Amino acid sequence: MSQLIAARAPRATKSDLASPGRRTSRRPGLAGYGFVSLYTVLLFAFGVGPTAYALYLSVTNSVGQVTGIGQFVKTFQDFRFIGAFANIGLYLVLWLVSLLVLTVTMALILHQRRRWVSSTLRFLFYLPGALAGVASVLVWLFMLDPSSSPIAPLLHLLGFTTLTTATLPTNLPVIFVVIAFWTGAGGWIIIMYGALNNISLEIMDAAKIDGASAFQTAWRIQIPMIRKWIYYMLILAFAAGTQLFVEPQLVAEASSGGVSPTWSPNELAYTYAFQNGDFNGAAAISIYLLILGLAGALVLVLRSGLFNTDED
Amino acid sequence: MVNLASTKYVSPADHGRALGSGNRIAARVTGRTLTWILIAVLLVFFVLPVVWLLLAPTKTDSDLVRLGPLAFGSFTNVAQAWNHLLDFQGAAILVWLKNSAVYSLGALVITLAATIPAGYGLALTRFRGRQALLSLTLVVMLVPTAALVLPIYLELSAVHLTGTAWSVILPFSFYPFGVYLTYIYYATSLPKDLLAAARIDGCTEWQIFVQIALPLARPVIGLVAFFSFVGNWNNYFLPLVMLAKSQDYPVQIGLQQLLSSTPALNPGQGGAQLNIQRPELALAIIIGILPVLILFLFSQRTLVSGLLAGSTKG
Repeated sequence: MSQLIAARAPRATKSDLASPGRRTSRRPGLAGYGFVSLYTVLLFAFGVGPTAYALYLSVTNSVGQVTGIGQFVKTFQDFRFIGAFANIGLYLVLWLVSLLVLTVTMALILHQRRRWVSSTLRFLFYLPGALAGVASVLVWLFMLDPSSSPIAPLLHLLGFTTLTTATLPTNLPVIFVVIAFWTGAGGWIIIMYGALNNISLEIMDAAKIDGASAFQTAWRIQIPMIRKWIYYMLILAFAAGTQLFVEPQLVAEASSGGVSPTWSPNELAYTYAFQNGDFNGAAAISIYLLILGLAGALVLVLRSGLFNTDED
Repeated sequence: MVNLASTKYVSPADHGRALGSGNRIAARVTGRTLTWILIAVLLVFFVLPVVWLLLAPTKTDSDLVRLGPLAFGSFTNVAQAWNHLLDFQGAAILVWLKNSAVYSLGALVITLAATIPAGYGLALTRFRGRQALLSLTLVVMLVPTAALVLPIYLELSAVHLTGTAWSVILPFSFYPFGVYLTYIYYATSLPKDLLAAARIDGCTEWQIFVQIALPLARPVIGLVAFFSFVGNWNNYFLPLVMLAKSQDYPVQIGLQQLLSSTPALNPGQGGAQLNIQRPELALAIIIGILPVLILFLFSQRTLVSGLLAGSTKG
């Protein structure tokens, strides 16, 4: 019974949400402004402001003349532009699919294991998350260097005899997926696992009594019930995935010229800004990225019904 | 007795089913085998690089090639690698670590001071523009932060802050995701009667926040602090854009400097006269992530309960 109530909790609290507000709205006052003031300043200084500034830069030139979509056309026609976006496009597809399939599968599998087995595994999967960023790229450069790698036999099997052949441009999307998965998947497995734990036992028992197999239970009950978290994961993974910078930059550094320094759009924008001093072109690329990120996120947000703040 | 009875009851049923289709048992065995293979593969995938990394500084560079990848060298080698690391640009690694600490902790203080009251205010007070602020927060959360780094650079450059610690700390302090987490937490987990009672007792809004809401928010404060600190400690792009001098770099950029100085992973580059080889680089990685690693070791349980506390109710 208590579980049934728990399962309905989201509904109950959503309607509750409005009530405290109504109560406080009878107390006029400026307290609310006080609470949000510092955050609002930061929001405008480092969120809204830069976005507006980037928009302004992208439709003007270096002397402030309005150029309309000129910067967008110019950057689009840059021979590196399509390549950079194609690179992260391929990366994003591989990354989101493998993240989705493997984290959900692993969470379901671990959910059926004994408690200590599952908690030990979850912890071990999660630990590499501490090496996110530069550290993870360096570690995987070591892993991909056949001269010292613990997986050297596997690398040789794949025909990679040196670090340079292992990091050929065609391999990069897969390598970046591996790195992202290594640092990021463990945390998501834990979150999915936790979400699975929140499914009421009665529902699971009912499925068992109806003779559902583990696969059917997973497909028909567990996955639909953690849908919200799956979308949430995809949104954040997508937003982060469009921003690849440190990964291609470090690999380029170690590949002795084999990898383009403008592999990802972010690197291209960086090159525009700091090699060519063209901040307007850089801003246009940032806006392309921003639109891509927002569009992807919004599609997922709308499909999932996440972020429903439905008060008022 | 009960056990016996139940096994007696179950087994014929299973048996019958098995007779009905041998395929089903075969499928189950295959399924179980595949499951364990998947677990084993992922276990190796997640753990092996960590183990290798921890062992690498115990070996010399030539040991790394010669000895087995998981062999242990000696602690003398670790000490030697450490000395080589200190020799690099006059113990630059210590300066980088100090910088990382200043940037991440400075940002952490401002983040908490801005985020927790904001989440509370959005959830439990009403004011004009509240809904707009909330929507704006959700939209900005989805904006890829790296896309804003260049405009932020220009903005800070206009007020002559680039190259200073503030140019890193201030952008790090803006954390809409933390506001969202706090908002969800307060909107769903704070007993409203408590607030109403406090108001009747004549508490001011600020007293209610400090004396009631803040102590109750410990889980979400921990969550926001963790994500903010880890994210900022590991951030590479923003400080790279903002800072120009090696003595201002955080450890993440320091690692990149080391990479470009080691001939081991970087055959094209010079720097062979420096003693920065793979063991030194591995040691630098370990030292560089140590604060985050310690947080990770002790935070798993708190994190999950905190995140899901928001989820089940929100």
